[in-house]
Amino acid sequence: MPHDAHDHDGHSELSPIALRVKALESLLVEKGYVDPAALDVLIDTYETKIGPRNGAKVVAKAWTDPAYAKWLKEDATQAIESLGFTGRQGEHMVALFNTPEIHNMVVCTLCSCYPWPVLGLPPVWYKSPPYRSRAVIDPRGVLAEFGVTLPEKTKVSVWDSTAEVRYLVIPMRPANTENLSEEELAGLVNRDSMIGTRLAGRVA
Amino acid sequence: MNGAHDLGGMMGFGPIAAAPSEPVFHEKWEGRMAALVMTVPGDWSIDEDRQACESMHPAKYLKTSYYEHWLHGLETLLKKYTPDSSGRMRPEDIWPALTAYRSYARDVPNPAAFAMGQKVRVKIMNPMTHTRSPRYVRGHVGEVVKIHGAHVFPDSNALCRGENPQWLYTVCFTAKELWNRATDDTVMLDLWEPYLEPV
Repeated sequence: MPHDAHDHDGHSELSPIALRVKALESLLVEKGYVDPAALDVLIDTYETKIGPRNGAKVVAKAWTDPAYAKWLKEDATQAIESLGFTGRQGEHMVALFNTPEIHNMVVCTLCSCYPWPVLGLPPVWYKSPPYRSRAVIDPRGVLAEFGVTLPEKTKVSVWDSTAEVRYLVIPMRPANTENLSEEELAGLVNRDSMIGTRLAGRVA
Repeated sequence: MNGAHDLGGMMGFGPIAAAPSEPVFHEKWEGRMAALVMTVPGDWSIDEDRQACESMHPAKYLKTSYYEHWLHGLETLLKKYTPDSSGRMRPEDIWPALTAYRSYARDVPNPAAFAMGQKVRVKIMNPMTHTRSPRYVRGHVGEVVKIHGAHVFPDSNALCRGENPQWLYTVCFTAKELWNRATDDTVMLDLWEPYLEPV
């Protein structure tokens, strides 16, 4: 069975949910609705091509190119598309710039809306009840769990993605990075900093 | 619908337990499930899909994972719709489909009812059907900080009653207003005009 590593000798090692999905796929293939090879391509696309490295390129460019940062503030959808990132779940983009005065953080309390073209598919914690429930009522408590403590004077603004508008946080550029290239800077942009739950910098 | 999916402000779910990095799909079936949802050639909207995922029993919704919600959603839609096999996606169709630009913005003849900076109250409403007005903002007053134009209205579209585009606003609520917390923190939501009333 090419699609499940646990399936060495029949179905015995598949979980009930894996079996159910497998049965559904078999039925849909048999009916001629889906091509398993197309499913393989889709999975590979989100595993290797559409992910947070895209967003990191947007952020690094915004850090180094003031004209690009201005464009990103005015029309994030177009500015992001100019780097080749567009499509499903990124149709209406807004970039949120973090500053010493304001820290932006993104959630979707109702489902798990997330800007796929720049960040890929969301991580488990973003989709799970602990984050979705607490981000709007206790954002500083949530940030503390990520090891982030902001100064009292920094206002926290939480963006609940209730429509088809998708938000990308542009974290603050770390100090002492003047000599780094755009590519090196992109290496400092971790995924969570673009959701607003961490600061930019290398994550241990 | 006041379902379990409407999680904002709930308590007791425990720590967030975020890993700094993790695989895109934790198990093979998750990838197959995601791919099925994105490739089955069905004539339903994203709003109908969300509504189908939310139709799970609340106790089950809270105990199951994201892609199990997707499975429930797809199974629900397939009871209603027969996919069109002529729309079967080939491997070479995937990249163009995932990167195609679509817009949810629509032109409408009527002007926006609310202006930038205007105070608005979220209507107290409890529809039995799909809505994107979360419980935690209903009845609360916020300020219009952005006007996005008119967008497809999920409450109509999920019921197959047409796109019925409505003006969409970003509304800023203070933590003081929503939670009676003495901070300057704010919560922003994108809310359609039918959810709002003047103050």
